[in-house]
Amino acid sequence: MTQNVVQSVDHVALLPAYLAAGTAVLVLVTDLVLARSRATLAVAALGAVATAVGAALVGAGDERRTFCAAADCSYVFGGRAALVGALFALLTLGVLGLSGGHLRAGRAPVGEYCFLLACSMTGGVVLGAAGDLITLIVALETLTLPLYVLVGLRRGSLASAEAAVTFFVVSVVATTVSLLGAALLYAVTGELHLGRLGALLAERQELHDLPLTAAAGALLLLGLAFKVAAVPFHAWAPATYDGAPLPVAAYLSTASKLGGVVALLAVVSAAIPADLTGPVLALLAVLTMTVGNLVALRQWRTVRLLAWSSVAQAGYILAPLGALAAGRTGEARAGAYAAALAYAVFFVLLELAAFAGVTALRPADADGGALDELRGAARRHPWLGAGLGLALIGLAGLPPGLAGLFAKVTVVRSLLGGGSGWLALVVAINAVIGLAYYLRLAASLYAVPAPGTPAPAAGAARPVAVVLAVATVAAVVVGFAPQLVLDLAGG
Amino acid sequence: MTFGQFLLVAVLAVPALGAVAVVATPADRAARLVGTVAAGLTLLAALPLAAGDRGWFAWSGTAPAVRPWHQLDLPWVPGLELRFHLGVDGISYPLVVLTALLTLLCCAYSLYRVPAGGSGRTLVALLLVIEVGILGTFLALDLVLFFLFFEVVLLPMYAVIAGWGGEDRRRAARKFVLYTLFGSVLLLVGVYVVVSAAGTADIVALTGGGGLSRGTQLFAFTLLALAFAVKSPLWPLHSWLPDAHTQAPTVGSVVLAGVLLKMGTYGLIRVAVGVAPEGARWAAPVLGVLAVAAILVGALVCLAQTELKRLIAYSSVGHMGFVLLGVATLTSTGIQAALIGNVAHGVITGLLFFLAGAVKDRTHTGALAELSGLRETAPRLAGLLGFAAIASLGLPGLAGFWGEAFAVIAAIEVGGPLWTTLGVLAAVGGALTAAYFLRLLRQVTHGRPSPAVGRLAPTLAGGELTAWAPLVLLALAIGLAPALVLGIAEAPVNALVEVLP
Repeated sequence: MTQNVVQSVDHVALLPAYLAAGTAVLVLVTDLVLARSRATLAVAALGAVATAVGAALVGAGDERRTFCAAADCSYVFGGRAALVGALFALLTLGVLGLSGGHLRAGRAPVGEYCFLLACSMTGGVVLGAAGDLITLIVALETLTLPLYVLVGLRRGSLASAEAAVTFFVVSVVATTVSLLGAALLYAVTGELHLGRLGALLAERQELHDLPLTAAAGALLLLGLAFKVAAVPFHAWAPATYDGAPLPVAAYLSTASKLGGVVALLAVVSAAIPADLTGPVLALLAVLTMTVGNLVALRQWRTVRLLAWSSVAQAGYILAPLGALAAGRTGEARAGAYAAALAYAVFFVLLELAAFAGVTALRPADADGGALDELRGAARRHPWLGAGLGLALIGLAGLPPGLAGLFAKVTVVRSLLGGGSGWLALVVAINAVIGLAYYLRLAASLYAVPAPGTPAPAAGAARPVAVVLAVATVAAVVVGFAPQLVLDLAGG
Repeated sequence: MTFGQFLLVAVLAVPALGAVAVVATPADRAARLVGTVAAGLTLLAALPLAAGDRGWFAWSGTAPAVRPWHQLDLPWVPGLELRFHLGVDGISYPLVVLTALLTLLCCAYSLYRVPAGGSGRTLVALLLVIEVGILGTFLALDLVLFFLFFEVVLLPMYAVIAGWGGEDRRRAARKFVLYTLFGSVLLLVGVYVVVSAAGTADIVALTGGGGLSRGTQLFAFTLLALAFAVKSPLWPLHSWLPDAHTQAPTVGSVVLAGVLLKMGTYGLIRVAVGVAPEGARWAAPVLGVLAVAAILVGALVCLAQTELKRLIAYSSVGHMGFVLLGVATLTSTGIQAALIGNVAHGVITGLLFFLAGAVKDRTHTGALAELSGLRETAPRLAGLLGFAAIASLGLPGLAGFWGEAFAVIAAIEVGGPLWTTLGVLAAVGGALTAAYFLRLLRQVTHGRPSPAVGRLAPTLAGGELTAWAPLVLLALAIGLAPALVLGIAEAPVNALVEVLP
């Protein structure tokens, strides 16, 4: 393969990544020069908005490719990458909004906190556009690395340090496993570009049938499964979420999980043939949703409950991918990828709203606390309580949380369209189990508080309430017009 | 937009906006009044739906099996095959009117009395949301839309039971919501089995099988029938019902028994039988056996009941058994019996729960043993209870008779050893029904007044009479002139039966 020494780089395609990285640098500089936490936060927020807008604008045009070797490109910015990039930027913005109480309590340095979040956002934006395995894994690591620090950034909290170490160790192992998988795939095929890998494995049956190929694909997938916290690689998630500061837990369960999903989607949809990944992912999906839901039933701490429920939700996201085995039509496959991404979009929206609700109803800089500490919260703060309640019902997938209902419908439809009726039934039964604990939490918001409960939390800080309101409104809008999300995810 | 289409939208929009208005009204009593007005307007919008052009393509050779009087078909979510497709015909119209009427009566009753537990405002708003869900289910002509409205009802009903119910309300509410969600998710899977095989979710196009393969139809019917059997409920999936009914507040029980259960039987006729007729034919014997088992089990359990609301709840299991037996025969007579049985059960059991609620509110007990001698101290209440009980046991001339009698007749008409046996057993169940209602009357109205009953004043409140009178009159009217329901249901039922294999 010959290659020009000087590549022409399409800077427009890279604009969202520049904006995200620029945000990180600017935050650092602002913190150094001005040393005003308000200014730092404002810069980070503006940068996130600019990144979202940039991603949307670039994505509105034709697909742009750069860093190409012959026909294969390492950076492909199309509609789906734009959706992912904009989502990451908006989630970062949302988490920044939730962070006020945490930062004001002085438990974390503002400049570093915002810088790390912006770095993580950069990883997410690049991740959506990654066209080869190296870019993919590096982007995913850029997304995850700052989070180790963010999780442990809570000064004077042993739980936070423990959570950070757990997360760090598990995540590093996962990355190593992914890298090993990628390296083995390279050894088999001599290729790293996702599209070329897929084409090669489809063309050359002898490569496809090599046991090493299957092993390499499995390793790559399992490494990524750690990132989405799929059972049996989930054990880090509840401990990490519960130890982390609330806004960081929100980021972990939305943006970080989305990152894992996007990486999995990229690998599954382009690189590795579906007949190799399908059975593995189907098994992972069934285990993930069932174990996640059953364990969530027995949780008594709010964040742990949300953590286990988000494990279960990862199972619903994986399910459409698991439905793919050999011989399915291209249309069914495209539908399954779109369904998984659409579910992820609905999910991160509702999950962000849920975390915003919990943050709003808890005292500033408190952790999630026990479920009983939220008892009767909706009676004291009807609007905030309604927002959290709606998010929880949406996660359970019932009206009036129409967004969540349509998310479930999308998954079930794609499963039945792909001929996996049994998997659809598993999803359906799991939805019933899920309702049991979501409803327990939602109903306790409206219950009469037990006598002798601690003094009610002060009203939420305004940015938190705004994040909750915006996420709720967005969830209601896509609840009535789910086609918006379906179109974006399909495009 | 034609007048009919306007009415279809109004029937759903008025209660929905009404619920919002109720929540937005700060004063509790004013809010309840607003809710009652909204429910009244909904009934006014529902009644003229009958004034449609009924025969517009009845004579053409290729008429579909569902011929709505009015319909409205708008795209909503093409990616999920979901269209906002509403329509009304002779099968759904009586249920639509019944729903609108019962909700109005419940709202009006809430003006008179709010059960303990929460604000009356929220209760009325929830009743209106439930009404939207139920009406939407009856009006939907799109499978996915049907599922959507089917789900809308779940949580508001949960909230009504959990918020305003009796002692053990949380457990009962949770059982209700989890059980019925189990049914709903099966419905979701069943709906998309059909939709992904047929490529459309249009009930009009799908009725009659719509070219689905036999295997698909059997699978789809199994899922759909299970879903509706939970909702109806069919023995042995009924166990959520007695708890939910016993614990729910009076208005909750009335809506639950009066119309919510009908979503199951209506769905069975319109969706399960209509869309997967081969599956229905295949599963009919099983359905028939279970229905008769429900009749017998319901009656036997009732004979041993010692609690008033629980007895009425179990009697619902038996009555819905007759309705399901009618559907299972898959004959025109049977399905018509099911439809009139549905409406009659809604009217009579609604009335029974109102009366049971009134008795419980006055005496603070539901135990039959502590309720003797009601006739002595509260003769009007006892008289009405007697009337409702006799209507419910199926005395000719009252509404309950037609559904039960014709379900039995339909089963005998189908013939063969199985169906004849089922018919005979169902008739025995009918006799048992009479036995337990007479036992109820003997225990409650006759005898010496118990201490709890002795304190009662003989009068009935105006609010109570307002809520009950329409039901009493309807029970009489449907009993004397079953053509009120059957006249409009006959044509669509015949059209449906024609397309059955």
